[in-house]
Amino acid sequence: MSANNQTTKKKPYGAAILMGLVSAVLYSVLLMNQDIANKYSGLGGLYAFLPILTAFLFSIIHGSFTGHFWTLLGVEASKKKKEVK
Amino acid sequence: MHDIVQQASNFINLDAAQLIYLFFVGFVGGLVSGFIGSGGAFVLTPAMMSLGVPGLVAVASNMCHKFPKALVGSIKRAKYGQVDVKLGVVLGISAEAGVLYGAHIQESIKKSFGDAGSNLYVSVAFVVILAVVGGFVLRDAWKTYKSGNSNEEEKVAKLARWVQSVNIPGTMVYFKSLNARISVLFTIPLGFATGMLAATIAVGGFIGVPAMIYVLGASSLMASASELVIAFVMGLGGSFKYAMHGLVDIRLAMVILGGSLFGIQLGAMGTTYVKPFMIKVVMGVIMVIVLFSRALMVPVYLGQLGLIQPLEAMTVKILKNASFMIMIFALGLGAFIVLRAMWQGRRAEQRAAQEAFEHANG
Repeated sequence: MSANNQTTKKKPYGAAILMGLVSAVLYSVLLMNQDIANKYSGLGGLYAFLPILTAFLFSIIHGSFTGHFWTLLGVEASKKKKEVK
Repeated sequence: MHDIVQQASNFINLDAAQLIYLFFVGFVGGLVSGFIGSGGAFVLTPAMMSLGVPGLVAVASNMCHKFPKALVGSIKRAKYGQVDVKLGVVLGISAEAGVLYGAHIQESIKKSFGDAGSNLYVSVAFVVILAVVGGFVLRDAWKTYKSGNSNEEEKVAKLARWVQSVNIPGTMVYFKSLNARISVLFTIPLGFATGMLAATIAVGGFIGVPAMIYVLGASSLMASASELVIAFVMGLGGSFKYAMHGLVDIRLAMVILGGSLFGIQLGAMGTTYVKPFMIKVVMGVIMVIVLFSRALMVPVYLGQLGLIQPLEAMTVKILKNASFMIMIFALGLGAFIVLRAMWQGRRAEQRAAQEAFEHANG
């Protein structure tokens, strides 16, 4: 990034690839089984836990991947410590 | 309930173009949400409906993408020290009550006046609240910009100073973001109003963030980041309620989430590069533009209710399309301002680092 930031900070290639792969598998499974997903999402009642748990799972895996993705592209937060009240 | 079952069985077929469209809108919505704490939902719900998704399923699916997005965004911004979890949870709980009450009002209006009455209520709420709050936020951001003090720490508003000075024994809670004790008798109505707005126009943050800044005295960064906690609490409860009725289309929610998680990471990082008043700029600009979008639809609903001469079908179509385009424009402009501010911040930081490097070696 910047001259003084060009320290030997290792980029998270391994974690990004792993999370990217798991995320791709999750999306593939969901989109290739749309009928099943629709069926269980539409049941309601206690089945409500299924879409909620699915959302949590995707957010953890895909959220981790997207974070690493921007880091690999060199997009990171400012190194200047912001003064937050 | 019959209607609900009807809607639930109405999950649409999704093709590749629709998936890409939702992913992209999710990305832009996430970018703005990561920056100002909320804001993508007002485009996402109509965007889904434009694909033929029934209204209630669109609202439910939007909510089910919102809480995991807010979770990721708040964790990211917590790393930058911008989140007051306690403030977010306290406001989020009362916001949950506001969501339930807001939904109840919506149902009553729909029962009494039909879809047109409900739409008119939503549009008028949009126009009035966005005009008052959005105008105020934008004016404040403009005053900061003109004063040349945009680098200085934000001053606590007069109203917030008064709220912080009120001591009601037995109700006081300390919030680190305010560095003050506040009575929950102030936070409860603010949270409730945030939830009511979320149930009405899908974006509670348009009340929540300005309320935290101007009424409670939080900084823009803290307010916008803590709004993500409120969105998580509200979104989780709301999603569960809708999921119990089988209304969440998990495919829609996860595809939008797919795009929005790329966006929210970027938007959250953007806050570390910009001057705090930029959060007010983005929020104010979006609010003021969106109010025009909804204002265009008011005559359509008035006509449908028979309160004015009904408009011709072609006029209605033009107004609907114009309204949707203005909303897309508002979100796009918000995203553009975020990216531009972030880019400029990065450039300035790189230049400063380069100069320091040259100076040290010079």
